Amino acid sequence: MALSTMLSTMGEGALRTCGIFFLTLLFSLPLGMVVMLLRKSRFKIVQWIMKIYIAVMRGTPLMLQLLVWYFGPYYLFGANIRGYRFTAIIIGFAMNYAAYFAEIYRGGFEAIPVGQYEAAEVLGYNRTQTFFMIILPQVVKTILPSVTNEIITLVKDTSLAFTLAYNEIFSLAKQIAASQTSFTPFVIAGVFYFVANYAVAFVMERIEKAFDYYK
Amino acid sequence: MILEMNNIKKSFIKKSLENLTVLHDISLQVDAGEVVSIIGPSGSGKSTLLRCATFLEQIDSGEIKYMNQTAAETGADGKAVYAEHASMRKFKSYFGLVFQQFNLFPHYSVLKNVMDAPVRVQKRPREQVREEAMELLRKMDLDARADYYPCQLSGGQQQRVAIARALALKPEILFFDEPTSALDPELTGEVLKVIRQLAEEKMTMVVVTHEMPFARAVSNRVIFMDGGYIVEEGDPEMVFGAPTQERTKQFLRNYQNA
Repeated sequence: MALSTMLSTMGEGALRTCGIFFLTLLFSLPLGMVVMLLRKSRFKIVQWIMKIYIAVMRGTPLMLQLLVWYFGPYYLFGANIRGYRFTAIIIGFAMNYAAYFAEIYRGGFEAIPVGQYEAAEVLGYNRTQTFFMIILPQVVKTILPSVTNEIITLVKDTSLAFTLAYNEIFSLAKQIAASQTSFTPFVIAGVFYFVANYAVAFVMERIEKAFDYYK
Repeated sequence: MILEMNNIKKSFIKKSLENLTVLHDISLQVDAGEVVSIIGPSGSGKSTLLRCATFLEQIDSGEIKYMNQTAAETGADGKAVYAEHASMRKFKSYFGLVFQQFNLFPHYSVLKNVMDAPVRVQKRPREQVREEAMELLRKMDLDARADYYPCQLSGGQQQRVAIARALALKPEILFFDEPTSALDPELTGEVLKVIRQLAEEKMTMVVVTHEMPFARAVSNRVIFMDGGYIVEEGDPEMVFGAPTQERTKQFLRNYQNA
């Protein structure tokens, strides 16, 4: 196989990897906020459900979770799972990462001094204004480094989609390496992940800098 | 009468302890233009009283009135009932509160800290608010710091911004909760100077403080609290010069010896 063929095949895999990456972020970042808010709900039962959810998501391998999301409907309900592969991957990743993001958000909110809420209340801000104008911007600043960590982990975790035989870059690298008895695909995949994470770190550093104007 | 608090009772539920009563039947009236200082040892209920007056804490029973309108009163079951949401917004607009820890918004510049609530909450025109905010900052001697962020200011400067922020909403009465307790002595002076200036302008104020000479010089009335009771109340010369209660004498003696 010519290097150019290898590169273009793996390039398609890289696009699929990016697809998992961006869709996971798109769903898990807001979903994490919902989980966090439910985790702090007034209702004990809701709190408990969210605690169990977070414990399961963090306490079992993501690889196993992907298998459950994909094959679960078939084994449990005899559902037809053809064409469901990619959806299962996105659900698996988004649900898993939402749990981690929820805990990061929770830490961020708990770090805000109660005086900020009290000042906002005395000044007459309503709850929505307090949340979006006063609290959230400060939370975003404090959680950025942890979120960066999580996003970098996600770039590498996308390779777990190979469990469901999805042709992202890692699966392709393994397949091509085996069929062509070549080491090159691994090098290409490695460079891809490294560059992708370099880009993530670069962008996140820019965002962190944008919040540097205050302490 | 700007503020009227009658027979306020407040206790905190402590785990594994019996209820801790912080305010036993406290009454406090403040007239327009009056400066009232509240002194007393830690845990005497001074701050809780302010927090009840500003609705940061709910009273168990009693009555709170602002501008002769009832914000909270004891209901039929003996528990305090607060006015409905819309009225509470109006009551909140009558007062400002300056915190011990300033509680400025760190992500807003000095000017935005002062301007934001009048614009966002009171929906007043931005340009007019900006002028008034700059005027307040000039008064606080901070107009040159308008574009700074709170983290770039000293504690004394931050507290003066916090005072400007409270005044920008044009409250009828301003509460201070130990406004200088987080400051070193040098910075304390600049904050007290501002409060003194407000007193001269006949701003109605209630100040919880440990600064006895300041309380004596500035107040029209001094209240000494201990253990959730008002032990002594009156003219500053009387409370400081010739206290009648043994507990007051003891407190002032300890204070002078410190």
